[in-house]
Amino acid sequence: MTYIHEKAIALQTKKRRFRNTFFQVLFTSATILSLIILVVLLYRMVTQGSGYLSLDFLQQFSSRFPEKAGVYAGLIGSIAMLAIVAPVAVSFGVGAAIYLEEYAKKNRVTSFIQMNISNLAGVPSIVFGLLGLTIFVRMLGMGKSVLAAALTMSLLILPVIIVAAQEAIRSVPTSLREASYGMGATKWQTIYKVVLPAALPGILTGSILGLSRAIGETAPLVVIGIPVIIQFLPDGIFSEFTALPMLIFDWAKRPQEEFQYVAAAGILVLMTLLILMNSIAVWIRHKFQHRY
Amino acid sequence: MKKWQYVMVTSMATSALLLGACGGEQSNNNSSSETSSNAAEQLQGSISGDGSSTVAPIVEGIVEEYAATQRNVQVAVGVSGTGGGFEKFINGEIDFSNASRPIKDEEAAKLKEKGIDYTQFEIAYDGISIVVHKDNDWLQDVTTKELEEIWVDNGQKKKWSDIRKGWPDEYIKFYSPGTDSGTYDYFVNDVLEEQQLDKSATLSEDDNVLVKGVEADKYAIGYFGFAYYEANKERLKAVKVNGVEPTHDTIQSGDYTPLSRPLYMYANNESLKEPAMYDFMQYTLEHAGDLAESVGYVRSPEGVYEEDMKKLEAFKPE
Repeated sequence: MTYIHEKAIALQTKKRRFRNTFFQVLFTSATILSLIILVVLLYRMVTQGSGYLSLDFLQQFSSRFPEKAGVYAGLIGSIAMLAIVAPVAVSFGVGAAIYLEEYAKKNRVTSFIQMNISNLAGVPSIVFGLLGLTIFVRMLGMGKSVLAAALTMSLLILPVIIVAAQEAIRSVPTSLREASYGMGATKWQTIYKVVLPAALPGILTGSILGLSRAIGETAPLVVIGIPVIIQFLPDGIFSEFTALPMLIFDWAKRPQEEFQYVAAAGILVLMTLLILMNSIAVWIRHKFQHRY
Repeated sequence: MKKWQYVMVTSMATSALLLGACGGEQSNNNSSSETSSNAAEQLQGSISGDGSSTVAPIVEGIVEEYAATQRNVQVAVGVSGTGGGFEKFINGEIDFSNASRPIKDEEAAKLKEKGIDYTQFEIAYDGISIVVHKDNDWLQDVTTKELEEIWVDNGQKKKWSDIRKGWPDEYIKFYSPGTDSGTYDYFVNDVLEEQQLDKSATLSEDDNVLVKGVEADKYAIGYFGFAYYEANKERLKAVKVNGVEPTHDTIQSGDYTPLSRPLYMYANNESLKEPAMYDFMQYTLEHAGDLAESVGYVRSPEGVYEEDMKKLEAFKPE
């Protein structure tokens, strides 16, 4: 009678070893594949677009001549839009998150609202475009203005910000709140002086990621009918304007091949802007994160 | 606890600065070669337009050059197709609409219902080019009747050999502008006489999709505005229609039928009474011919611009 079946164990070990390597290879190749796609994409954009990228490209309006075309109106337009989206979306988003986490009773109504917000985050952006067109552009008569586009984009990223802010607020330990109450602080004092500062890095990170989405979205702008042939900068919130993704979209549709390169250069500008914003988000998370 | 307040204040200050920066400077970076001689009076105002992607290259040229003469008139033009442009025009959202076909009766009726009076200006000529793959060696010349046979939907997949004996025994691949495009409307109305376009066709509002599609498939056929063919001459082959090749001269002389067509701008009469809009329209009519030529279209026949100008003068502001 043997207690250790050498052969069976060897077989079993071999099998387990094989599975181990198999999954390691599988997951590694999944990572590598997505990296390769990113690299190919970047490589194409850089090789195609870098020829047209210059300081002039940032300071010129679009043109019918590829060598004279620039992103000036789009860049300033996108930034102007962002300047409205940021305060609107962040204040409403954080406000809603505070209500849901701190004030709302945990009952059916709240969980219904919660569910809808999560669903809203998954609604295709073109639907928000239609909403913006009907409500802001037509019903409220804002026209194809910076304000109308910014409010549409705010709606689009609101669910993202709410969910991110909620998670940040939820991660603040109850002990901190209780300590605050214990010192005689009111609810508002607790939220303002204890919960919000502790949750701020998470809130800011989520907000910036939401704002990056707002700056890269094209579909809602197309639906609203944001013009692309434009030779002026927005001079107020009711001014018509154009945005970076709209210009890129327009150039990519042009018949001349050179405009494909101009579009690639525009994409590089947009990507630089996005990477910049995302790195700010990462920086904030590292710099201000507290651990409890 | 001060750290987060610092972050808040900084971010608020930044966004305020950004807002300020947007309003402040009016750039004078306009890239223009020619300046109008009669630009003594500087006007102010904002004009907004939308419409056909076929007309867009001409309008872009006009807007670009006009911006150099009247810096304070803000002209913004979208490109959402002839149909999309008219929809906005009917809604009163825009001052002018670019169209690559005449206005439809139903559109005119809706405008009437809304009480919007408009004026039609013809600004250039285009020849819809029928294009095939570079290596297509069988299709040199096509008659209107054959075009109809090729493009009208007969409920089944068509082969080239079904159209004419001796053509390859391969399925035809169709590439057509989208249904919101005036080019599509014109083709279906004037060539196919309102019969159903082949349902297997790839429809796209983006003319480059059509260029790439036909370029990649030996058995494909497509059509779009002359300027797009001009810009992609090396990659595609244009087919003669009834023995006439689409060229600058045949389109202008009208020999290239039935595919030669005028391009239009429809302007809201109320808007035309504004000095800025009137001035813009005047500039358009003065320069549309030259700019159309420079982007690959054809000047309208003699007398058209003069007639347009007469129509415009009725709205001359005091």
